[in-house]
Amino acid sequence: MKKIKKYLALMLVGVLGATTFLAGCSKEKKKEESNGPLHLTFYYPVNVGGDTAKIIEGLCAEFNEENPDIVVEPIYTGNYDDTVTKIQTAIQGGTPPDVFVNLATQRFTMADTGMAMPLDDLIASDEDGKEFIQDFLPGFMEDSYVDGKIYSIPFQRSTEIMYYNKELFKKAGLDPEKPPTTWDEMLEYAKKLTTDDCKGVGLALNSGSAQWTFTGFCLENSKDGKMLMSEDGKKVYFDTPENVEALQFWIDLQNKHKVMAEGIVQWTDLPTQFLAQEVAMIYHTTGNMANINSNAEFEFGTCFMPGNKQLGAATGGGNFFIANGISEERQQAAWKFIRFMTETERAAQWSLDTGYVPTRQSCFDTDIIKKYYEDVPQAKVAYEQIEYAKPELTTYNAAEIWRILNDNIQAAVVGDVSVEEALKNAQKEAEEVLAEYQ
Amino acid sequence: MKSKSFGKIKKESLQGWMLIAPALIFMIVFTVFPVFRSIYLSLHKYKLGMAVPEFVGLKNYLDLFHSGLFWKVMINTIYFSLITVIPSMIAGLGLALLVNRKGKHIGFIRTAYFYPCVMPMIAIASIWMFIYMAKNGLLDQLLIRIGMEPMNILSDKDKVLPAMAVMYVWKEAGYLMIFFLSGLQGISGEIIEAARIDGASNWRILKKIQLPLLAPTFLFVTTVAFTNSFKLVDHIVIMTEGAPNNASTLLLYYIYQQGFTNFNYGVSSALTVLMLGLLLIVSLPRFISQDKKIHYN
Amino acid sequence: MYQRKVKKILITVMSILLAIVMLAPLIWLVGTAFSEPTFNMSFLPTTKFTLDNIKYVWEAIPFGKYYINTITLVVVTFCVQFITSTLAGYALAVLDFKGKTLIFAIIFMQIIIPNDVLITPNYMTLSDLGLIDTKLGIMLPFFGSALAIFLLRQHFKTVPKALAEAARLDGANTWQTIWRVYMPTAKPAYLSFAVISVSYHWNNYLWPLIVTNAPENRTLTVGLAIFAKSKEANMQWANVCAATFIIILPLLLAFFILQRQFMESFVGAGIK
Repeated sequence: MKKIKKYLALMLVGVLGATTFLAGCSKEKKKEESNGPLHLTFYYPVNVGGDTAKIIEGLCAEFNEENPDIVVEPIYTGNYDDTVTKIQTAIQGGTPPDVFVNLATQRFTMADTGMAMPLDDLIASDEDGKEFIQDFLPGFMEDSYVDGKIYSIPFQRSTEIMYYNKELFKKAGLDPEKPPTTWDEMLEYAKKLTTDDCKGVGLALNSGSAQWTFTGFCLENSKDGKMLMSEDGKKVYFDTPENVEALQFWIDLQNKHKVMAEGIVQWTDLPTQFLAQEVAMIYHTTGNMANINSNAEFEFGTCFMPGNKQLGAATGGGNFFIANGISEERQQAAWKFIRFMTETERAAQWSLDTGYVPTRQSCFDTDIIKKYYEDVPQAKVAYEQIEYAKPELTTYNAAEIWRILNDNIQAAVVGDVSVEEALKNAQKEAEEVLAEYQ
Repeated sequence: MKSKSFGKIKKESLQGWMLIAPALIFMIVFTVFPVFRSIYLSLHKYKLGMAVPEFVGLKNYLDLFHSGLFWKVMINTIYFSLITVIPSMIAGLGLALLVNRKGKHIGFIRTAYFYPCVMPMIAIASIWMFIYMAKNGLLDQLLIRIGMEPMNILSDKDKVLPAMAVMYVWKEAGYLMIFFLSGLQGISGEIIEAARIDGASNWRILKKIQLPLLAPTFLFVTTVAFTNSFKLVDHIVIMTEGAPNNASTLLLYYIYQQGFTNFNYGVSSALTVLMLGLLLIVSLPRFISQDKKIHYN
Repeated sequence: MYQRKVKKILITVMSILLAIVMLAPLIWLVGTAFSEPTFNMSFLPTTKFTLDNIKYVWEAIPFGKYYINTITLVVVTFCVQFITSTLAGYALAVLDFKGKTLIFAIIFMQIIIPNDVLITPNYMTLSDLGLIDTKLGIMLPFFGSALAIFLLRQHFKTVPKALAEAARLDGANTWQTIWRVYMPTAKPAYLSFAVISVSYHWNNYLWPLIVTNAPENRTLTVGLAIFAKSKEANMQWANVCAATFIIILPLLLAFFILQRQFMESFVGAGIK
């Protein structure tokens, strides 16, 4: 009996010991900082394919070399959806990243739940802070504010443009240098371009993409520039007649005119279909420029998203945030890192490497960008379009509101309900979620 | 047993509890406690940014019962479990009957039937996503080649769950085969030989001898298969994220979404409690069969 | 007799055909992983053999790290389960003590309610314990396994009491009795539970996804999912197939090599 007790005791100690040891290992990292360099955790998503993760890691290494007292540890957290989740779980779990790139549309949630901090004091403490902020393109800076305070700094920003296949244009008897500029023209072209093997136009309607494209279409169809939500992120206007018209236009492309593939085409599949010449015009992000440019076996062109009542497009993408509640020393270090990452030359190079739109006015004066636009004139379209672009759907509880809109758009696409009903349902569901912010 | 003294019983009790303690602690902390925690939290409003849960009574449940989405998810869950469990059980039994014999190549064949269930669901979903992918995918390419219209099956609200079910039956049939095989091999060969000598056909032997004797296995497998189908979620993350319009959202995915995308712990907990109810229901057959088999002493 | 032979051949042909159907996705996977990406998929490769995909994903994803993580998780979890379940299984099979009914109730509770559905409360518990984003956090909920306890108890019960008594007379204490008498008889149960445990934890996805943030703790499945879901990559099926191939290879190899022992122990252990 005694022996058993001894064995048991030993075993329990063993189990517990192993447990604490393992727990210790994981916590160790945070403690060592007191006398070494400051360790910052940096979460970032990669939404475009290719080697973006490697580029970010390279930039971090460069920063760490320049600043021996700071070590930034980049952590790749998947695509945007995954990253939103990971940031929130990490903060909930008590291990927040110090600095992170999150969707610009998450800013209301980030501010509301106290996950991110306002950056105004940090900006003010910089000598050139004001000029720094003013240098960002207003179209991008627009969705950094919550209640008049700046919560984020633009970083990997994109906008949606139209890519079209010039060779298929020629075959269909269209002028490859005159892409469509209005919905009517686009429809007319699409009809001419549609053959047995090839659809005229392609839109990605999966969750997480449809709401982006839809923001653009709603803006194009709006007379007063009012579109899906109020500026304070507390109200949505999904079921206006203009928006119903915009969604009806999509459904008609599929069902009535049969110039677009039926059902839901995935965002990730659309460029492949374009490259395989199975669709002649696609709406896609500028972030795909590098991919399409290097893989297209035909001449391709880019143009603004065709307008209707006006020109329009949605901006999207990720911004830098700093986590709330970290020490001032860390805040300073994180700010230094953000300034480093968004320096004019670096932002220009970043744009060149990834296809994202340069975020700062001064980028366009750099040789890097000038030469890039000379070599790949298709890339310039995105920049020119920013003037007409507005932030995509952004509200409090953005993830839930996105899901509601996307689900209901899909409901209309697959024919569960009519377009009016879908958007009415979306409006009702969204109002329920937003009720507590009124 | 009766001869044991009181002291000895006490000593044995202590020893018993000590031996069981290490396992028991973990089971209590991660199975018993969370069940009660779910019930407790399901009666509260608890969202991201709230320091303390706020008691709301049955509101979370009532809200769910009034939401069309909730019922859609429940119907999806039950429908999906039916169209996976029944075919995979039939397939599992069929495969077991096919390989319940000796032969040179039988090892290879059993392996071929069984191997999908040692693969991660994530990997399987990644492969099948491409098989099902619109237009360029394997299935649609095959359809195009034989002159049919491509299906883009994952965006079809009526076909998306059956498509996933096909994948799941492919994965699960071999696993269930093992249970049936084990049951079949437990049936004495003499009975079957005797029946054969009496001139009974294979079909008759199956119907009159093998199937009745497999009854306990059936009860057990039913529970296992239903439980497995309820906890299936990885493939949705990879393939559809619930699209189109939640036609492929299942209960556990909905729990995950409410808990870890919307951070609505209250609703997520209420859904968890409802999931527990479902699991209890499908476990009833097992209780019935186990009651006969297990003696608590 | 002739008829019976025809029947037999028919059955054989049918089972082989079915085997090919079951193997088809794997064949496609391997073919695609080792051929160049094309716009349209085909069942058998149409381009020449290449190692580019494997090379690309091997460099793009820190598989080495993920492998170590997954193996650590699988091994540690199994070892702890092995110890805790043996002790508990022995107590339940052999000893006579008060409160057994309660313990059985808890065991049944876990058999009915798999940990997979308790993600929300368990995540909160881990968060209270400060174990989010640790390997231990991924493993902890699985340290007490009802299935293993139950399986072992059933096997231990078949050991004649006289055998244990004899060992005791030889001077063996309880621990030695478990080690010498009980454990050897339950080998098939251990083996089949090992297979269940290892393949479950190797393949588990949602729980590690929720618990881990840093790549230091990510498992193979989480790493694969992040890669497979990365948006805006193009014609990436060749790469995803290559990544999938890397992940499933060890388990499949082990399974194909050990399939005979494995099947026998499974069928023999009578998992029911």
